[in-house]
Formats: sequence, C-alpha cells, structure tokens
Amino acid sequence: MSNDRRAAVRIVLKALSAFIVLNLAFALLVPVPALGRVSVYNTLVPGRERLPYGDVPAKAYNLSLYDLNAMFSSHVVSHPKAPGEYRVVLIGDSSTWGWFLRPGDTLAGLINAQRLRTKDGRQVRVYNLGYPIMSLTKDVLMLSRALQYQPDLIVWPMTLESFPAAKQLSHPIVQNNAAEVRALITRYQLRIDPNDPAFFSPTFLDRTLIGQRRALADWLRLQAYGPLWGATGVDQYYPDTYEPAARDLEADPTFAGLHPPALAKDSLALDVLASGIKMARDRRVPLLVINEPILVSQGKNSDVRYDFFYPRWAYDQYRTLLRDHVPTGVAGVQYLDVWDAVPEREFTNSAVHLSPAGARIFADKVSPAIQAIIGS
Amino acid sequence: MMTDELSVAHQVARSMTLTQAQVRNGVLFVLSVLAVFVLQPAMPIRQMDFWLPFASLTLTVLVWAVTRATSAAPVASSSFEPQTLIDTGLIAAVVLVVALLRYVEPLSALITRSRPPEVMSVLVALAVVGALTFIAARFGARRLVWTVLVVMLVGLLVVLKFDPLTQAFSRLLRTAQTQNPQIASALDVRWLGLSYIAFRLIHALRERATGKLPKVTLREFMTYVVFFPALTAGPIDRVERFIKDLRAPFVFNLADATEAARRLAFGLFKKYVVADQLALVALNDVNARQVHDLGWAWLLVYAFAFRIFFDFAGYSDIAIAIARFFGIKLPENFRNPYLKPNLTQFWNNWHITLSQWFRAYWFNPLTRGLRQRNVALAAIIFVAQLTTMVLIGLWHGITLNFVAWGLWHGLGLFIHNRWSEFAKASLTIAPGHLWLQRAVNGVGTLITFHFVALGWVFFALPSLGLSLRVFRTLIGLG
Repeated sequence: MSNDRRAAVRIVLKALSAFIVLNLAFALLVPVPALGRVSVYNTLVPGRERLPYGDVPAKAYNLSLYDLNAMFSSHVVSHPKAPGEYRVVLIGDSSTWGWFLRPGDTLAGLINAQRLRTKDGRQVRVYNLGYPIMSLTKDVLMLSRALQYQPDLIVWPMTLESFPAAKQLSHPIVQNNAAEVRALITRYQLRIDPNDPAFFSPTFLDRTLIGQRRALADWLRLQAYGPLWGATGVDQYYPDTYEPAARDLEADPTFAGLHPPALAKDSLALDVLASGIKMARDRRVPLLVINEPILVSQGKNSDVRYDFFYPRWAYDQYRTLLRDHVPTGVAGVQYLDVWDAVPEREFTNSAVHLSPAGARIFADKVSPAIQAIIGS
Repeated sequence: MMTDELSVAHQVARSMTLTQAQVRNGVLFVLSVLAVFVLQPAMPIRQMDFWLPFASLTLTVLVWAVTRATSAAPVASSSFEPQTLIDTGLIAAVVLVVALLRYVEPLSALITRSRPPEVMSVLVALAVVGALTFIAARFGARRLVWTVLVVMLVGLLVVLKFDPLTQAFSRLLRTAQTQNPQIASALDVRWLGLSYIAFRLIHALRERATGKLPKVTLREFMTYVVFFPALTAGPIDRVERFIKDLRAPFVFNLADATEAARRLAFGLFKKYVVADQLALVALNDVNARQVHDLGWAWLLVYAFAFRIFFDFAGYSDIAIAIARFFGIKLPENFRNPYLKPNLTQFWNNWHITLSQWFRAYWFNPLTRGLRQRNVALAAIIFVAQLTTMVLIGLWHGITLNFVAWGLWHGLGLFIHNRWSEFAKASLTIAPGHLWLQRAVNGVGTLITFHFVALGWVFFALPSLGLSLRVFRTLIGLG
C-alpha cells in the first residue's frame, strides 16, 4: 500500500472514530433538552405570543416541534415576571391558541387589550399557552409547565372533544414527552397505561446525534424563524380561502364511538380534568374552567347534532358532567359555561375556531369572570 | 543496462498513468452525459424530463460538429475518426439505456423523474441527431453557421428567461404532448443547466470564429459542456483550460484529495447549513410585504446578501471539490467578494467566471468597437459598464427588476471608475500612512457591501413597486 493510500485510510478511520465517539457522547449526555433552554427569543428577538405550531413553516415562520423546553423558551411567558404584573395563563386547544387569528385577536390578546388591573393595582397580563391539539392530557402537560412561570391565575377553556379517554395519547406532543406524562400519571394516578405503546420510548440509537437530528434541526429552525417573527409579527399562515365548518350535518347520533342515550363517564378523561384542578389547587393558584363556545348549527340535521363534533345528547350530558366535576364550591376554582355565546356565523373552519368578532364575544364573556376573581 | 531498465520502467509507468487518465476521462464522460438526465427536475409536461436533457446533448454535439474543423484545416473531413464514432456510440448508448429503463420501472425513477418515452421515438430522434451532426460536420464550418447558432442559443435563453415566451413555449410543448395548453405556465419549463450550457457553447463558437479554439474530441467537448459537478451552477470554465486538465496525467494524490475533501466539507456547510438557514430569514416577496420596521428590514436584506453568497459560493465549492477529486481544477468563482473595498473589485471576485465571460464576449468587443469610432472615454465606460451589467441582470431573468439590478451595478461601476480616476489624480495617500490606507479600505468595504446589499433588493423581489416599498422601509419611511 502506498503512503498516500495508507494516509487516506488513516484519515477515514480517524473520521469514523470521531463520528462514533460524538454519537456515543451525544447519546450519553442527551444535550437536546438543555439546548432547548437556549433561545434567541426574549433576548435577540421578542418572545412569541403563543406556543410554536405550524404546518406551513415557510409561510407561518413557525413550526411544530415536541421539545417543550424549546417551545416554552421561545414564548414570552419565559420572560421574567415584571414587578406589578398579575400573570394570567391561558391553556387549552386551538380555540385558545387562535386558529386563523392574529395574536392580538386571540382570547389572550383581546383580554390584554382591555388593560385590566387588580384591586391592588397590578397590571393583568394574559399569556396564551393554548396548543392546537384536543386532549386534556396535553392541557395538563402544558399546565404542569405553565406553573413553573409563576401564574397568579389559570384560565382553562375546554370542550368535549378533548375528553375521550381513547384519544388522550393520540398526539405526537404527548407521545414524545413520555417521561413527563408518565410522571403525571403516577402523581395523579391517572387511568392511562404508562406502558401504552403510543408513548415514544427512544432506543439508544434514537438518542445519538443521528437519532436526534430531527430534534436538533427543529430547534435550529425555531431559532432561525425568530427574526421573521420579530420582523413581521406573523406566526401563522393565513390562507386566502378555507373550507368553512359544516353547517349541514349527517344525521349521525354517535360521538367518538359512543351511542345514546348515556355518555359513559368511563369513556371520558374526567380523572385528567381532576388532576389539572388538583395541580392548580396544590399550588394555590386560582383556576377558571371554561366550557368554550361551540358552533350551534341551524342547518340540516341540526336537531340531531349541534355541529360536526357533537350530537346533541352527548354534548348536553357533557355540560352537566363538566359542571358537576368542577368543584366550584372549593376556594379558588370557578366555572364558566359559554357554550352557545358565539353566533353560528362567527365560526371559521371548525366548530371551535372563532372569527375575530367571535373571539371578541368570547373575550367579553371571560373578562368579567377574570375581573370577579381578581377583584377589580 | 540499468539506464535502459529505468527508461523502460519509466515508459511503462507513464503508459499506466495515461491509462488512468483515459479511464478517468471515460468515467467523467459517461457520468456527465448521464447526469444531464439524473439532475433534470420533474416537469408537468410529459416526458420533458427526458427530451430537454436530450436537447442539451444534441446542442452540444451539433456545436462540436460545426467547430471541429480547426482554422488550420477547415472542414478537414466529413468522415469521423474511430474515437469520434466510439464517443458518439457511447452517448447514444447512454441515451438508449435511459430510454430502455422505461421497461424497468423502479430503476427508471433513479434516472428520470417520469417514465422515459417509447424507445422507437428515441431511436428516431437519435437518427435525426446523427444526420444533423453529419451535415453540421460536413457543411457547418462557416462563420454564418456559427453566428446563426450563437443567435439561436441566445434566443433559447431569451425564451426560457422571459415569462410570456416561456409560457408560449410551454403551450407549444403541451400541444406536442397532447396535454391541455390552456393551463400552460412559465413554471412548466425548467431546463436544467441551460444557462451554463449555452454560455459554454457560445464561448466555443466565438473562440472558433476567432480561430482560438483548440481541436477537441467529442468526448472532451461533451465532458466540458455538461461536466456534472458544474452543470447546475457553474463555474463557466474555458474549454482550452478544461481540456488541459483532461489531457494531463491523472494520478491519485492524497494532497489533492485532502484539499478536495476540505473544500467539499466547507461547500456543504456553506450551502446546507449556513445558506439554507439564512434562507428562512432572507428577504422575499412575502416577508417584504409584512415587514414595516427599519431595523428588521435591514436584517432581512443582510440575510439575503449572505444567503445568496453562501448558497452560490457553497455550490461552487462543491463543484470545484468534486472536480478536484477527478484531477480537474475548475476556476474559482468567488474570492471573498464582500471584503473588497470597491465595486470594481467586488465584480472581479463575485461569480468570477460569469463576469469574465461577459468581459470577453461583450465588454471588450464593445469598448474596442466604440474606441474605433472615437467615442469619448467616459461615454465608452458608461455604455460598456451599463450594458454589461444589464445583460448580466437579464441572464438571471428577463424582468424589470433584473434590469434595475443591472443598472444599479452598471451605474455604480461607472461612478466608481470616475471616482478612481479623480482620486488617482488628486487624493493619493502618501506612502507610510498605512493606517489611513487601511481605514479608507475599511470604509470602502462597508460602502461597497451596503451598495451590493441594497442592489439585492431588486434581485430578490418580483416587482419594482415592492422593491421601492422595501427601500422606503429601509430609510424609515415604511
């Protein structure tokens, strides 16, 4: 073998060794969660007004990722609490997050615009920690994170679609944060199997640099979109047209595989709801649970169903169940049911997505409830 | 005796070295012909991802045929040398293999984006090209033919870079393929590498017309024109330089390979890490409408400036590195252009091979012509700089914005030229004032970079109105 060839083989072997060592070190140190806390947001660029989520990153300057550290670090809530600030945290689904709504038109944005103050003069600042996934487990996962940011009040809008027990783990954000969800299962004794195959359990290979390349790329892209978020205030793709939510409905009386007449309690994640309430109470943070507005259709078969999501029998029973399961008699817990507060025309592409005018109606219902709690 | 043995050994070694070069050249030739098909992106017009690469190869063969006779032996012979027949056969064989893959569906997807056309139609097309090549070789060595070919190539570029004409071309292709011409769009036609192929062919034709083109085999010429590392984004080499490398002995050399690997790593990093990340932030027609703040607007412009540099310089590094693995030293295309203290130096170091091409085939002939007509020097420089830069702009696309970008740089170069003349006479820095020279250069670099960065606003956006809106934002009036 010539000297050149021998040297070439040596170079390749060294490179291969370095590659293997780097991957092993990566798998042993697991640096991605720590990296997630490093963020250009709230330092070089303004923090995001809502959690990162986006199917069209190039147009939304936003993307969906599963690293909760990176998600929360990019959010304005991770900015230190200002003196004289009364911090209200909103959790919930896409309705809270504000599908098709500019940040200022979301529930959080509209309440902030009202510039509420507490009786002792503190400025109310509402943080939108909604996330466009319908699962109470996801809500509780977000709530457990939100509590790390010193909230003074938690507002939790919800709807029946987040309750079916069978769909609690059906979303990647829950599946990819298995350790945190399992901790919640253990702590609150939730009726969720901690060994459910839906949970993503990384193998050794998944923890290497190669296995973590997607997570790393997502973190990097989230940082890269920071300047565009700062420059444009855009964090969502707003299409020119969209398919409106169905008003004419199928005469289908079922909900999530359930049939009338009775909505089986076992099929709903009421234990997860209870865990969220307990979590807030344990931290002595007031909680306002809201049954959020839904589209009440006047179209075909609207005598059977309210909308695409809900048959009337199931939704009516859910409202009763929810009211019964939110312990309003206990200090610090309040309940508000505004299910039919928003007229049919103010829904966009889903039975829970509101137009700016619809969101304003919703905010006008929520705001007095907040004021009642803060005593302004 | 000893000397004789050494001599024989040397000859054997030499013949083995030559064999390595021949093998390398054969591999490059076949790979490059194949790459024309492999790299061609998908198109909504049926089978065009086969026929457009086929057309690229046809143009190359025809230009080679009309330029093959040297000035020393015009129209040397209508008969082809055995080497030429082998090369022609190899090209035809590659094309046929690509076409035959239509019968091996999973394999065909590796080469062409859609199913290749019927083999019979490919055979007919090959026969037509063969006949045309024969006629071109027999009767093509005429100035008129070369000129007509240059005009045709420029015309083809105009068709592909001017949206209304591209759309008409798409309509024509759709009709030929019995597809709906009503939905024809300029985006339908994506002819990979034609901008570079056409410029290499025009270069060969012009060199032939001036008698400077060396005699090259079909294999050498084809490899030069569609050389796969440089097919999509250059550099635009000169044929005589390229074949010098092809004809030089090729021996695997660790130093070269290491340098190539280093260059490749840098190129990949520049393109896929730096440029692709900057692309997320760089100015474009969507965010240009959304940004209203002066500071953020500048950030988007800076991001575009660095993105386009790292993207293009990264591609060039990758091309140069891959070529280097094969012993081909492609010319440099970028030499720290953003660190140059004036616009003239910027253009001597940005997309160098394109600038040199325009200098050789437009700027120099034009200035020579104007000088012969006794036009004032300042006017010559004005006209030559302006037209050259506008043409470079139009090479990127025939739109008002590219014209504006060309004018921006043409005027900039003219003003710099006049300023240099003035400064040379009146503002010379005395020797020994190194710090002053450095300070002047530093300020010059900053001014030049910002001038270039502002020029990118025209380049990045689709309309003058939007560009002006961004300019207003950049000065705080947005």
